[in-house]
Amino acid sequence: MPAGIVSYGVYVPRYRIKAEEIARVWGEREDMAKSLNVFEKSVPDIDEDAVTIAVEAARIAIMRASIDPARIDAIYAGSESHPYAVKPTATIVGEAIGVDHQLTAADFEFACKAGTAAVQACLGLVTAKLIDLGLAIGTDTSQGAPGDALEYTAAAGSAAYVIGRDDLAAEIEGFYSFTTDTPDFWRREGMPYPEHGGRFTGEPGYFKHVTSATRGLLKKMRTIPEDYDYAVFHQPNGKFPVRVAEKLGFSIEQIEPGLVVPWIGNTYSGSSLIGLAATLDVARPGERIFLASFGSGAGSDAFSIRVEEGIEDIRDRGPRVRDFLKDVRYLDYAVYAKHKGKLRL
Amino acid sequence: MSTVPRFWRHIPQRYNLVGTHCPKCDEYYYPPRAICPNCRRAAKMEDYRFDGKGTVVTFTTIYNATDDFKRQTPYNLAIIELDEGPRLTGQVICTPEEIEIGMRVKPAFRILGKDGERGIIYYGTKFVPAEGSV
Repeated sequence: MPAGIVSYGVYVPRYRIKAEEIARVWGEREDMAKSLNVFEKSVPDIDEDAVTIAVEAARIAIMRASIDPARIDAIYAGSESHPYAVKPTATIVGEAIGVDHQLTAADFEFACKAGTAAVQACLGLVTAKLIDLGLAIGTDTSQGAPGDALEYTAAAGSAAYVIGRDDLAAEIEGFYSFTTDTPDFWRREGMPYPEHGGRFTGEPGYFKHVTSATRGLLKKMRTIPEDYDYAVFHQPNGKFPVRVAEKLGFSIEQIEPGLVVPWIGNTYSGSSLIGLAATLDVARPGERIFLASFGSGAGSDAFSIRVEEGIEDIRDRGPRVRDFLKDVRYLDYAVYAKHKGKLRL
Repeated sequence: MSTVPRFWRHIPQRYNLVGTHCPKCDEYYYPPRAICPNCRRAAKMEDYRFDGKGTVVTFTTIYNATDDFKRQTPYNLAIIELDEGPRLTGQVICTPEEIEIGMRVKPAFRILGKDGERGIIYYGTKFVPAEGSV
């Protein structure tokens, strides 16, 4: 029985800081933005965190397809910036969307791919008919240490997907994951900022895992890049997804609709799922989307997705990703530092 | 930590603006009331979830805040009249120049406060301008 996406919702905070403003403060090259292909990144409001933006995205997903929250039997929330070390994000989201409490819930963490891991968990339960609907969320208000390379990209955003069997907006035809123990990026317990292996995050991290998962899924599905109308690869910056697409035989035209990182930054667990949402915003029934996430540590989940007729019924009933790119408010570094809690009062 | 059970009891009204409605006199209440002051024992109060759309009745802007809210100054506190009638006090997230009496607002899920570095995080409803917000 086919299963897949019944509805989706995205939330990106309104505030932005330009990469050139961060470069100005730390005396970095002026062309930093161009070299990363990230011109500005989203910044959460002072009273926003991974929970609040997850709730906003989940409420949009519920509204978009008029989902009865009582039908949701599982909530999995993926993030690397859960506000509590112990106390689930998923339970707060569940209460805020009005579930009937007869559900299972848990938080996931796998750097930037916890959201797609949540999709897989929901898909398994839905396909096995153990639950009616599952809610999978990727949400992050990610942190980059002041002056660190990550500070130019670490952003905030959330994507929520309702996974089910009926009234599909898109069928998930299959997935393939590739996972190894690769310490390219980490954050130790109690530490405010993550550490990373610099250039080591590239080849042995991002490229090895994304290419392995992608090739694995193409082989499993017996498809080639040309069989897909769109492709979304995890977007830690604006260069990696372009480079990995070219390496794997996908075109710029295929990834362009979902490539939102130059304007919102890397939303971590939200990143590839927001890219998928931006693609669903424009895709037509019958078209196919290839999705590959990446999470440091490290792993990649690749999905083959076919857009269904249901997309036409729900798409215009909620804000599109590009609506979050309009009417943004720019912050200077000092106010950004206040928003991100980098100033100790 | 004594505030934990109190916050927990208020979760439905803080997260989802759950109040009450008296079907007999058609009055809406927020925060929820157990007994309708109009109908007394004759009423059978029912829970009612407000969708949170409303209008700014009046407001003030806080420039000198208590320690918990220092980081947020300047911020707007408003009396908001929900479309069903009840009035409540809430924060309206916009600049002091943007807020005005009569402004239409809609709800947003935000952090209301934190019990220090180690305590719980209080989530709930604030408001944003209905126009120009996604």
